[in-house]
Amino acid sequence: MKRFVYINDESYQNDYCDNQISNTKYTLWNFLPKNLWEQFRRFMNQYFLLIACLQLWSLITPVNPASTWGPLIIIFAVSATKEAWDDYNRYISDKQANEKKVWIVKNGARKHIQAQDIRVGNIVWIRENEEVPCDLVLTGTSEPQGICHVETAALDGEIDLKTRVIPPTCAGLDAEQLHKIKGVIECPIPDKDIRRFDANIRLFPPFIDNDICPLTINNTLLQSCYLRNTEWACGVAVYTGNETKLGMSRGVPEPKLTAMDAMIDKLTGAIFLFQLAVVVVLGSAGNVWKDTEARKQWYVKYDDDEPWYQILVIPLRFELLCSIMIPISIKVSLDFVKSLYAKFIDWDEEMYDKETDTPAHAANTAISEDLGQVEYILTDKTGTLTENKMIFRRCCIGGTLYGNESGDALKDVELLNAVANNSPHVIKFLTVMALCNTVIPIKSPSGQISYKAQSQDEDALVNAASNLHMVLVSKNGNNAEIHFNRRVVQYEILDVLEFTSDRKRMSVLISDSESGKIFLLSKGADEAILPLAYSGQQIKTFIDAVDKYAQLGLRTLCLAWRELGLQEYLEWSRLFKEANSALIDREWKVAEVCQKLEHTLDILGISAIEDRLQAGVPETIEILRQSGINFWMLTGDKQSTAIQIALLCNLISSEPKGQLLYINGKTEDEVARSLERVLLTMRITSSEPKELAFVVDGWALEIILTRYKEAFTELAVLSKTAICCRVTPSQKAQLVKLLKSCDYRTLAIGDGGNDVRMIQQAHIGVGISGREGLQAARAADYSIGKFRFLKRLILVHGRYSYNRTAFLSQYSFYKSLLICFIQILFSFVSGIAGTSLFNSVSLMAYNVFYTSIPVLTTVLDKDLSERTVTQNPEILLYCQAGRLLNPSTFAGWFGRSLYHAIVVFLITIHVYANEKSEMEELSMVALSGSIWLQAFVVTLEMNSFTFVQFLGIWGNFAAFYIINFGISSIPSAGMYTIMFRLCRQPSYWITMLLISGVGMGPVLALKYFRYTYSPSAINILQKAERSRGPMYTLVHL
Amino acid sequence: MVIPVLAFVGLIFIPIGLACIVSSNKVVEVVYRYDTKCVPGNMLHNKVAYIQNASIDKTCTRTLKIPRDMKRPIYIYYQLDKFYQNHRRYSTSRSDAQLREPKAAGDVAEFCKPEAFAANGRPIVPCGLIAWSLFNDTYSFARRNRLPRDGDHGPPPLTVSKRGISWPSERGHLFGKNVFPRNFQNGSLVGGGQLDPRKPLSEQEDLMVWMRTAALPRFRKLYGRMEADLVAGELITVTVRNSYNSYSYAGGEKAVVLSTAGWLGGRNGFLGRAYVVVGMACFLLALLLTLLCLVFPMKEEHLLLR
Repeated sequence: MKRFVYINDESYQNDYCDNQISNTKYTLWNFLPKNLWEQFRRFMNQYFLLIACLQLWSLITPVNPASTWGPLIIIFAVSATKEAWDDYNRYISDKQANEKKVWIVKNGARKHIQAQDIRVGNIVWIRENEEVPCDLVLTGTSEPQGICHVETAALDGEIDLKTRVIPPTCAGLDAEQLHKIKGVIECPIPDKDIRRFDANIRLFPPFIDNDICPLTINNTLLQSCYLRNTEWACGVAVYTGNETKLGMSRGVPEPKLTAMDAMIDKLTGAIFLFQLAVVVVLGSAGNVWKDTEARKQWYVKYDDDEPWYQILVIPLRFELLCSIMIPISIKVSLDFVKSLYAKFIDWDEEMYDKETDTPAHAANTAISEDLGQVEYILTDKTGTLTENKMIFRRCCIGGTLYGNESGDALKDVELLNAVANNSPHVIKFLTVMALCNTVIPIKSPSGQISYKAQSQDEDALVNAASNLHMVLVSKNGNNAEIHFNRRVVQYEILDVLEFTSDRKRMSVLISDSESGKIFLLSKGADEAILPLAYSGQQIKTFIDAVDKYAQLGLRTLCLAWRELGLQEYLEWSRLFKEANSALIDREWKVAEVCQKLEHTLDILGISAIEDRLQAGVPETIEILRQSGINFWMLTGDKQSTAIQIALLCNLISSEPKGQLLYINGKTEDEVARSLERVLLTMRITSSEPKELAFVVDGWALEIILTRYKEAFTELAVLSKTAICCRVTPSQKAQLVKLLKSCDYRTLAIGDGGNDVRMIQQAHIGVGISGREGLQAARAADYSIGKFRFLKRLILVHGRYSYNRTAFLSQYSFYKSLLICFIQILFSFVSGIAGTSLFNSVSLMAYNVFYTSIPVLTTVLDKDLSERTVTQNPEILLYCQAGRLLNPSTFAGWFGRSLYHAIVVFLITIHVYANEKSEMEELSMVALSGSIWLQAFVVTLEMNSFTFVQFLGIWGNFAAFYIINFGISSIPSAGMYTIMFRLCRQPSYWITMLLISGVGMGPVLALKYFRYTYSPSAINILQKAERSRGPMYTLVHL
Repeated sequence: MVIPVLAFVGLIFIPIGLACIVSSNKVVEVVYRYDTKCVPGNMLHNKVAYIQNASIDKTCTRTLKIPRDMKRPIYIYYQLDKFYQNHRRYSTSRSDAQLREPKAAGDVAEFCKPEAFAANGRPIVPCGLIAWSLFNDTYSFARRNRLPRDGDHGPPPLTVSKRGISWPSERGHLFGKNVFPRNFQNGSLVGGGQLDPRKPLSEQEDLMVWMRTAALPRFRKLYGRMEADLVAGELITVTVRNSYNSYSYAGGEKAVVLSTAGWLGGRNGFLGRAYVVVGMACFLLALLLTLLCLVFPMKEEHLLLR
């Protein structure tokens, strides 16, 4: 499918949408129905609505319908309001973008219109530092060379400036002509590929020839990019509104669900099935009893001929009686504690980065528990593990090593002297540093020069050169100006032999404007440059220097140059142009031509650049690996650097402790064989105590992910560590997806825009608010200032959150089941007719106050101190493996609630038998018994005690009596005076004591027995903490 | 930590249990079940017909022997079994507003089904199944072996006081002083007892006791109080007017109970026994755990993870 865009022709404009962008989910009209529909897609909400509706039928409701409708409406209103607020903010930002003023050409003249009125085919003018409002095909710029610079950070996260060129057919048009230009652009229908634009353009006469000119992505300005360092640019709108490349790739990220939420949902489903079983069994038993017994009970006065639906009445009554099995409070409580977990992260002073003044922030408040269950961490390298602050540290020029003593060549007096003395070697070296790059110098109005570089290495080199008085002042098209020791030198840049990962080097051809001499300046990896030295040059010193620097963890680059004769250059230049215009195998041909020039080089020296690891990275990785988390490093960087950094930060170990397996190859066959070999080695050695890791590069990965996914999945499961280098953002995301498909909990951490997709794909995305901007941090669920905070985020916050939610959720079910089982037991002595033992007020208050508030203080509970956890990271296994919330622990709580219900019920009906068996009294005794038990259960299950927890549990206990005394003094309440009567009876207090003793005794004994004879690792550490003795280290897990 | 707690619990529970047992044993209780005994032999095969036949005189006099001394006050209860006052259809069939306020007399339709309106379409006061099924057996007592002789001021006769058997809150608030029974029990199907239409509900104490529904199918309700002491071995006659239908359903036992009261209420051995058993269990558990600790002491290995 194709789209034809007629430039400046209004008659075709209405075929496509206008440029109004819309990110909103709702409109004013569909908000209510759509939002309700979305909320009711959740099973729990459907369930509560059904219950609430059933309660409206007074024949079957055991309690007042308001007790369910109230909370339900509040819950719905809260989440609807939140959605509405978010959507309103999106609407406001859309509106701002839509109403921004832009210049377009209309009827041959420039007009100022709102961005949303741009139509396909319009010519749009953009000035420096303005945002591009829609996808444009460049037709003109202020630069005579027909280029302009754009920043694409919002699109792909890369902050370097990219050069865009106007298509040759439009070259040389002046502003006047650009107003009148007509033509047609044939382009694909909108897609989201931001690296591809296979189109062509044909201008209509009188504009130049009638030829079709091909267009690539280099001829476009995409929506959301910024125009930089260029006075103006103009282009033809080809995609508008939500059909732009950005708009097409914009998707609403799926809301993330934690493993725990999924487990809770599963358990809720199980409870629901159990509830249905209870309803069916008791419902039919009730109907049978009714027909055999109740009809004989004359005082119940059943009619003989009843409507047909009477057979449903008793089952439905039981459905309503049992509806509290699934506590409506659990969602509210969980939302509440989850937002507190997030606040704890925000408030954590130990995760506050003083250096950059950034506190940790939890943008997603719902997934803290998942932090405790992470199994795989996929980490970016540059900027995440390292500081991404490249600093020129040492160099070796002509065999002399500088910067050895101080560790900083820039302060080495010898080097400074050499610079001052115009030592020829040093000058050559500095010239290469300053010129052999694609850096763009930018002069601020104050005269300060700053550099925009694609690579941080080049940035470091140019900056270092300028510190050594070789200052790159400006680059105007092909002219570069350099100041050296107050001397101005002009160079013409003839050609740039670009860096490719195969060549591992780049070169620049310059000619000195004064002397006219032509030089080839090269820099690259040592293995790519040193072999090209002219025969006879002693390169031993350089090899030694490289080794030495590599051992220090420095990134080395080899700098070289050669002088060319004019004739040689002209000959070569012809070949180069030919190769560059080749249509097939262009890259290979260009490389071959470059090869022809890059030989017999004069090796000038070695530069050593440091990208320091962030503080605490090796320790953090060490501890997290001890806690059972596997690390994968995904980096766009080259293999050798990646391995070097991995070694430095403990990710892999060198031989003989560890072994690194390489997956490489150029063709499918090679990659397949290599993968097979690595897999075989992995399988054989997986039992040996050897740290295996594999390395794969982006090229091989692409083949593997498309062709050998299964084998790779097996490898992924076997290997704890992997290094993937030269991977693209989408490959990073694919790897996350692959691990997710193996049912692993993944955490992705990164700092740059190229990590955004991986961060969004992973279960948990962590962004480091780093030097590459806030892109990653904005997309992430959590943002932290430094990598080392990850340790605390996972071990402390993740683990506590998991433990707390595990307790809270199971406890919520426990207390609801407790009261529900009592109701069920009571139905056996009340003719299986679905009588509620408890009144509406008590039932509602039980769920809302008595049992919900004390357990909320669990957010302060700490089973182990933070110090113990960080000293024994293995303990995280309990969270990872989900040992605190799973069907078997849940069965334990289920059994406990059944046992407690039986205890409360049997003791109550035996003590309050005969003349005491009064309904209101008996129900209050049973309720008090449940309250006593739950207070003891919470006390028993809490590990640490703070004042708030104490107040929550026992204050609530006192509140129970105060509230009930209050209700007991209202004459119109059903339980008027009941509580006063009960509390005056000694038998009431004795009963409570008995219920607590019988209920808690076995629980306590069982816990003690387990604690002593089969303690979990957590118990052992608790013991160690309590005895304050020497810390036991957990040896094996 | 846990062993001392268990021992301590045992130490506390056993004395409490013993105290409860002693208190319960002090209470003297005479239970006389009369539901079959008061039916003439020839009607035993069809007790429902007997109870529903208004022409038969249902008075029934029996002799009870007092086992131990009973000090005043002696409480008289009636006891019903398999009577589901807690049945959902039954226990909700009442209107509290109507009992309290004369104005709410018509406020019956929603709550009192199927005993809301009389045949003439007027609301029934008190409405609902509970009031309709009011218990109406009566008891009177007399001493048997000590007939009063002339000039001898023997022990006073056994009069049953029916005042104060309800709770003050019921007399004061829940049952209105201006609410009088209306259209009560005048339908074709008479449930239980009649009410004196001249007395306000706040004075109908039998109704109050009956309407305070029991939570269990076997329950006792206070019938009255005797301000008299009875000595061990004394014989008393109880005259029962057996008119309440407990025969149409299985297990419908009826009994009259004479009982004194202790600080824990009536005779109920459950609390005491339960306390002693739990206390002993705690001791036993403490002992067991101590033994276990001695036999299998916690070794260092336990501190390592398995």
